[in-house]
Amino acid sequence: MSRERDYRRVMKVLGSREQFAQGDVACAYGAILGGCDFFAGYPITPATEVAEAMAALLPRLGGAVMQMEDEIASLSAVIGAAWAGSRAFTATSGPGFSLMQEGIGYACMTETPCVIVNVQRSGPSTGQPTEPAQGDMLQARWGTHGDHEIIALAPASVQECVDLTRLAFNLAEEYRNPVLVMTDGEVGHMREQIVLPAEDEIELVQRRPPTDEPGAFVPFRAVQGSVPEMATFGTGFHTYVTGLTHDERGLPATDDAEKHTKLVRRLVDKVRDDTERLTRVEVDKEEGAEVGIVSYGISARSAAGAVRIARAEGRKISHLRLISVFPFPERAVRDFANGLDRIVVPELNLGQICHVVKEALEGEAAVELVSRIGGEIIPPKEIVRALVEGGEKV
Amino acid sequence: MFNQAKKIRDKYIREEMWPSIFCTGCGIGNILNYTLRAIDSIGLDIDRTVFCSGIGCSSRLPGYIEADGLHTTHGRAIAFATGVKVYRPELSVIVFTGDGDMAGIGGNHFIHAARRNVDMTVICINNYTYGMTGGQVSPTTPAEDFSTTTPYGNLEEPFDLCRLAIGAGAPFVARWTMGFPYETIAAVESAIQTKGFGFVEILAPCPTGYGKANELRDAPANWEWYKKNTITRIDLARLSPDERAANRKIVIGTLWQEEKPEYVERWQRLVQRLQAEDEPATPS
Repeated sequence: MSRERDYRRVMKVLGSREQFAQGDVACAYGAILGGCDFFAGYPITPATEVAEAMAALLPRLGGAVMQMEDEIASLSAVIGAAWAGSRAFTATSGPGFSLMQEGIGYACMTETPCVIVNVQRSGPSTGQPTEPAQGDMLQARWGTHGDHEIIALAPASVQECVDLTRLAFNLAEEYRNPVLVMTDGEVGHMREQIVLPAEDEIELVQRRPPTDEPGAFVPFRAVQGSVPEMATFGTGFHTYVTGLTHDERGLPATDDAEKHTKLVRRLVDKVRDDTERLTRVEVDKEEGAEVGIVSYGISARSAAGAVRIARAEGRKISHLRLISVFPFPERAVRDFANGLDRIVVPELNLGQICHVVKEALEGEAAVELVSRIGGEIIPPKEIVRALVEGGEKV
Repeated sequence: MFNQAKKIRDKYIREEMWPSIFCTGCGIGNILNYTLRAIDSIGLDIDRTVFCSGIGCSSRLPGYIEADGLHTTHGRAIAFATGVKVYRPELSVIVFTGDGDMAGIGGNHFIHAARRNVDMTVICINNYTYGMTGGQVSPTTPAEDFSTTTPYGNLEEPFDLCRLAIGAGAPFVARWTMGFPYETIAAVESAIQTKGFGFVEILAPCPTGYGKANELRDAPANWEWYKKNTITRIDLARLSPDERAANRKIVIGTLWQEEKPEYVERWQRLVQRLQAEDEPATPS
């Protein structure tokens, strides 16, 4: 573990390795096991428990927790702390996530490692604060203005709140990009058994420090791969960080089309080109199936129920669960669809990821939607009906 | 004076960024000079100093300094700075901002940072206008003044930024005009040395944006305006009570100074207490 923090001390604060825990609290556990040492947030249902857990746990490990004046300030403080060297995150829900779009774009442009947990609730606007939804999925991808690429993970269980939040910190450091953990009010508020990782299961990926000396180091030049080494503040490198289009030295180059193109293409490509490495899916393919489900997050549990029911009825059904949603695992979805006529996508929205699936398949299979909004999760039987009779056309 | 300016320039300026973007008669470059002199005079370690800013002309200043700089989003500099300082308390954090950036879009962050009292210095260059976008009305534009978005005169009352800072709880608050270089340098030094949120407002002209609409097109006209419309705290104290009550001039000087608990120190004490509870010292 990083920063004088050893596993024994962490577990003394987190308690036993096996627990019956709430999803939001599990995100806090995952963050701490992911090396988090700074949290800034603002109260919002159903994500508040993440902040409460961090406030109770992190100071006992020497980290800092701040309740800021709003969600914009929360992500701003997180980004500032990240440049000062921290592994930092914030947690919010729809209305706060909307406010954070500004900071997400800044973090993309400045290549700041940071994690945002979005416990999605039903919108638009204030909507249904305590109810789950998956209505922010395309906002996660495209919410901030301008071309950019994002990494987004979708936990379907309390255990995955631990595992994927932990993973998010490593990916943020490795790619120097914001990483979104797209959970929802149901996963966030439900309680399940979790098993926290053993000491030897924990690996902390760190941002790469400069290999050149101050003066010779070029802060936004990627010398190895497409992610630059990072000179955090106070280390004598005199790094200038700006959200303006900048050259490799980090200095503004706002009227230079070539430099802008080079920069933004690199920011996008460093994530997009690594889609295969970033892909995490769970495949349950059945020989001879002509119909399949592509699911993610809480709706994947409805989908798993539907698969059980349908198979018990003697139907052949395949199921692909997306654990990483962005960069979109196109190849995994295409491989899965191979041989299938129809694919059903269940979502707690009026159709978001189904469109991305359809685009990825380029007509290879028909894509149908099982949609539900209003704050209830999808009953498996509704998915079974769509598997048999067809879902909403996309 | 010139030699000293050259010395400061050679020591602290990021040469690649020269020349600056500032217009003729703009006061922002002077504020950079004053701030660097304050830093030099108190011997701040530039390797351990982070300059934060938001958006606008004054927010371009960190780019001109050979040091760590965080040029952030509009209005949020103080929130970013909070994260830097709380995570790395050994760094000195200085924020450059303007009236639009800090009191308009960033007003909420400003008052909360003053209340929270994280150790940082905020230097607000108040030129009564959104200069970068060409001279729109700002939260500090005097009533009835003209701007591109108040072509018939400003119908709103301006903020008094220092009263706002004092009301919000800042332990050090000073205001000067750029016509008082040595007083401004001293105020910036005091703000940096304040353990907590130090706030310095500096009135500086924008002949291009604000000036063109308000018959203040050149630097001398602006300086004259400052002379006519400001009064030092000390001169104000010399007036009779009736004259003081009737004063409508802008008061300049150190306007507030007090000692109060600083956030990061409190946090560090909390961490120490909790860790001592978790890991009691082995009895001897």
